[in-house]
Amino acid sequence: MKPRERVALSRPVADEVRKTTCYMCACRCGINVHIKDGKIRYIEGNRDHPVNRGVLCAKGSAGIMQHYAPARLRAPLKRVGPRGSGQFQEISWEEALSTATEWLGAVRANDPRKLAFFTGRDQSQSLTGFWAQQFGTPNYAAHGGFCSVNMAAAGIMTIGGAFWEFGAPDWERTKLFVMFGVAEDHDSNPIKMGIARLKKRGARFVSVNPIRTGYSAVADNWIGIRPGTDGLLILSVVHELLKARRIDVDYLVRYTNATWLVIDAPGTAEHGLFARDGEGRPLIHETVTERVVPLGTRGARAALSGRVQLGDGRFAVPSFQLLAEKYLDEKYAPEAVAAETGVRPETIRGLAGEIARVAFEEEIFIGQPWVDMNGQRHQGYVGRPVSFHAMRGLSAHSNGFQTARALHMLQVLIGAVDCPGGFRFEPPYPKPMSAHPTPHGKAEHFGSNTPLAGPHLGFPRGPEDLLIDANGRPARIDKAFSWDAPFAAHGMMHMVIANAHAGDPYPIDVLFMYMANMAWNSSMNTAGTIRMLEDKDEKTGEYRIPKIIYSDAYASEMVAYADLVLPDTTYLERYDCISLLDRPISEPDAVQDAIRWPVLEPDRDVRPFQTVLLDIGARLNLPGFSDGHGRPLYKDYADYIVRHERRPGIGPLAGFRGREGDKAGRGAANRGQLQRYIENGAFFSAHIPMEAQFFKHANQAYQDFAVRMGFFDTPQPVTFQLYQESLQKFRLSAEGVREPVAPETHRERIMQSFDPLPDWYRPFGEAMVDQKEFPYHAITQRPAAMYHSWGSMNAWLRQIHTRNPLYVPGPICDELGLRDGDWAWVSSHHGRIKVEVARMEAVNASTLWTWNAIGKRAGTWALDRDVPEARKGFLLNHLISELLPPREGGLRLSNSDPVTGQAAWYDLRVSIEKADAGPVSEPQLTPVAQPEPEPHPSELRYGQEWAQ
Amino acid sequence: MTSLPALPTPKKLGLVIDLDTCVGCHACVVNCKEWNTGGYGAALSDQDPYGAEVSGAWLNRVHSFEVVPDGEVVGEAGEARIVHFPKSCLHCENAPCVTVCPTGASYKRADDGIVLVEEDKCIGCGLCAWACPYGAREMDLAAGVMKKCTLCIDRIYNETLEETDRTPACVRTCPANARHFGDLGDPESEVSKLVAERGGIDLMPEQGTRPVNKYLPPRQRKPLSASAGLLPEDTSDATGLFGWLDKMLDRI
Repeated sequence: MKPRERVALSRPVADEVRKTTCYMCACRCGINVHIKDGKIRYIEGNRDHPVNRGVLCAKGSAGIMQHYAPARLRAPLKRVGPRGSGQFQEISWEEALSTATEWLGAVRANDPRKLAFFTGRDQSQSLTGFWAQQFGTPNYAAHGGFCSVNMAAAGIMTIGGAFWEFGAPDWERTKLFVMFGVAEDHDSNPIKMGIARLKKRGARFVSVNPIRTGYSAVADNWIGIRPGTDGLLILSVVHELLKARRIDVDYLVRYTNATWLVIDAPGTAEHGLFARDGEGRPLIHETVTERVVPLGTRGARAALSGRVQLGDGRFAVPSFQLLAEKYLDEKYAPEAVAAETGVRPETIRGLAGEIARVAFEEEIFIGQPWVDMNGQRHQGYVGRPVSFHAMRGLSAHSNGFQTARALHMLQVLIGAVDCPGGFRFEPPYPKPMSAHPTPHGKAEHFGSNTPLAGPHLGFPRGPEDLLIDANGRPARIDKAFSWDAPFAAHGMMHMVIANAHAGDPYPIDVLFMYMANMAWNSSMNTAGTIRMLEDKDEKTGEYRIPKIIYSDAYASEMVAYADLVLPDTTYLERYDCISLLDRPISEPDAVQDAIRWPVLEPDRDVRPFQTVLLDIGARLNLPGFSDGHGRPLYKDYADYIVRHERRPGIGPLAGFRGREGDKAGRGAANRGQLQRYIENGAFFSAHIPMEAQFFKHANQAYQDFAVRMGFFDTPQPVTFQLYQESLQKFRLSAEGVREPVAPETHRERIMQSFDPLPDWYRPFGEAMVDQKEFPYHAITQRPAAMYHSWGSMNAWLRQIHTRNPLYVPGPICDELGLRDGDWAWVSSHHGRIKVEVARMEAVNASTLWTWNAIGKRAGTWALDRDVPEARKGFLLNHLISELLPPREGGLRLSNSDPVTGQAAWYDLRVSIEKADAGPVSEPQLTPVAQPEPEPHPSELRYGQEWAQ
Repeated sequence: MTSLPALPTPKKLGLVIDLDTCVGCHACVVNCKEWNTGGYGAALSDQDPYGAEVSGAWLNRVHSFEVVPDGEVVGEAGEARIVHFPKSCLHCENAPCVTVCPTGASYKRADDGIVLVEEDKCIGCGLCAWACPYGAREMDLAAGVMKKCTLCIDRIYNETLEETDRTPACVRTCPANARHFGDLGDPESEVSKLVAERGGIDLMPEQGTRPVNKYLPPRQRKPLSASAGLLPEDTSDATGLFGWLDKMLDRI
């Protein structure tokens, strides 16, 4: 052999492969971590894993650099300088935990609502929520309120589920896939895999997004819509489908409330509500015998139109008639919406035409007999192979709830929900709104040293379930479930600091947060939020938010504002469970959950946050965490995962239950459970029987399966709520005809935005500012290679996005004389920033945009102070106020969706003008001192010891 | 000067990259880096990794271009689009980086055509990087040697890996199935068939390098407006719709 052929081709990759779950974003892919000499040699996707089937994205592949990042916190910290200075002292865990216990114990005894406990993008909400409930504060939520609660709430309130964790397109069978506004790091591997599969089959992929990057770049058709007008586009498509009679009537009659009679009695407390019999059953108009009968009456042929007189003399019409009359209005015609949406009429017609053609002319039939909830046997599953996916692009507007409702309605009208080729539910969904709890947090729900009376988060059925006091004032610090945001099903984390600072509705004592960068990219009005965290009461000299406990694995911007820092481990050093009680990783055909486990031992004085929370819970003597005598019930999080039972036989993990580990869903705790997960690649999967796989909302075999698995104790079929009665109840309150009546200040807003049928109105952030003064939109996109602020401390990922220019549409550049590398001032009604610009054509002509969360505060994340992320990177957040502009009388409501409280990030309107050249973006906040990060090297040669 | 093997090599191993599905996510870029920094030859170093002038050696990068096509149907006419273009060594049959090498460090393997650098012989003169018209080679500043795509030679022949994993890291990890590996010298191979079917192209053929790697161009697209006439032009109002619904209900 020639010397040059002497390459060792068959070296073993590593000493051992440990299979766990990724956490470089929220996708939860399976990974194989190759360990060599006690270090990570390589991370690859797990081929057997149902989420990613072997592939792995850039973030996942950069896990090595995340795990070894110098930005990792090393020990518990106590603040010794002023907030924001970054001056800390390392303390022992015992001191940290007893300090936390002392602070929290006093709050729990005196006034539990003075704790606000909010978690960020964590995946342990079934634990954190349970902990908060046992603690007894009404003030708990995770990050959904500033993420995508509009999509989740609208989905649950319409069809019993929404996208991502609740359901997915039928990638194997869909023939037309339409995606609206999805971040490029959202469900990213499944979406990329899905797009590739459907393109291979010749299916069409349409992307609706103001910006044509990422997924949109490979779409067959790109609709560069004007931000905030997606609802209007969708309703125009509905208009066209109704006009052309391309709707699935059979599906509507079987699975929706289209036939339910709506009372027509204007000015009364029941106007617009469903007519019901004495047992609460909705009434329908039976057209053979011309009688009004309860839903479910055998052999009834229910009308979809026609005014009918009820037994009590009032009149009613089927809800479908209201729906059809609304959307057949010419104001939804393609020509009528073209100017507002920026989409040409023929494109809208073409989209509607393709949806109709594929749904009804390319029907799929799977010859699998099944039985519906009425006991009727069907020969097979009829598929309408049109599927949709949508996320924050629709959600993060103040009209996002109604827009998401519109999209779900469209899917139902063409019969494409949970059918072959359509959108398919993922267990434990579908789950009707009626199977969700109502929210808890009213005064009668909590008290000194007492657990909260029920779960914090849920769905009010009407205004009677709001968390308000006798004067209508919010019970929660974030004002979730108040008149401001009645269906705030995920809470409103983005309002916590502002409200706590203002003492509105009341001041708090302890702010406890986990993994949420609220002093930077996760807050609107970042500089203002920082001032609130630093602000002191003039009289007492004490911080207005007196105590802040924060847990994170890394030296994020938020760390500098904590009084007590509880350092978390990296994702490779701890147990986690991706639970069916929270947001699992199920697929349409299978029930699935997963774990993480310590594939590496921490080399620092850090502890997993979940274990720390259990410890604090035990020290506080919380029921469910302590035996009542101060002794902990659980050794650590792993022990809790295995032994905690939420209901008898139902625990955090569904797999390998029972003494022998042979039970799925329900079963006794199994001490060997985690080992079984580890042997199985860190996940569990149980297939849904074929006769139960589709039409789960109405499929007897599926409902039985769901009960067997323990999702529910009785079947919970879903009737799709095209017409949403709960919303109408709020309108009746706003009209003053139904108790409790809405306050005057909120009446007009509720009348405008709580239409029981999906509706479009101009986003508040746009409607309330002068559109001539602020003629453009400004939004962010999330790059595929970063997840929020987590990527910039990663030596590899930061080489992909080291800074973020503001992308400006070509025509605006021409008008202002802007070239690549020039600088500009961008202003909103709230603030102004100075940024570097880059020209772009593949973008909606009125939309400026940039990548999210690349910009960093100097001195954080263990980066040098002069890095491009800090000098040239920037946040749009400085332009976004957490409050809407004042209305008459000075009232300022939060910059959120009026139904769900979702943060309206994308409502932002701006102006742009050319600025003098650099050298740095503005504002530049004062640098933060590092909390003693690990010294960082000037050069990395990772893996050099293994070089051949 | 270094000689190329007698051509053609019995096998022509290479990549086929699908520009129709590449979303520019950089999965291939980073997975390549993490595999190769602990694999063949010196580590792929990073300079100033947490500082202002961060840079590093990579064997594969994705470039993104914005184009406004004229003529070609790519959706709506005249509409701008982004093309994500992954680029690594193309393992040229007529590899100028090999013939320019003064020490014999750069070579093309006679049996499978993979272009490699024998790092012990590399003096880091950089001539090969100048000679490569694609800019596919990168100097490792820490080791002072030239780095390049090896087609994961320590994976594709690695008998300690399961057979299904004997493929380059970038191919195995690509979520969009935009990367394919195989023998482009065998017209019956999957990759050759893919190239034939999709009209795969050489990158910059005028350079005469005869690259083994091929690129699949974006598929033709049909504008949505072409489907605008699919719906019947029915202007009936709600009353007409309800009449139709009544008939439909009779059929259920």
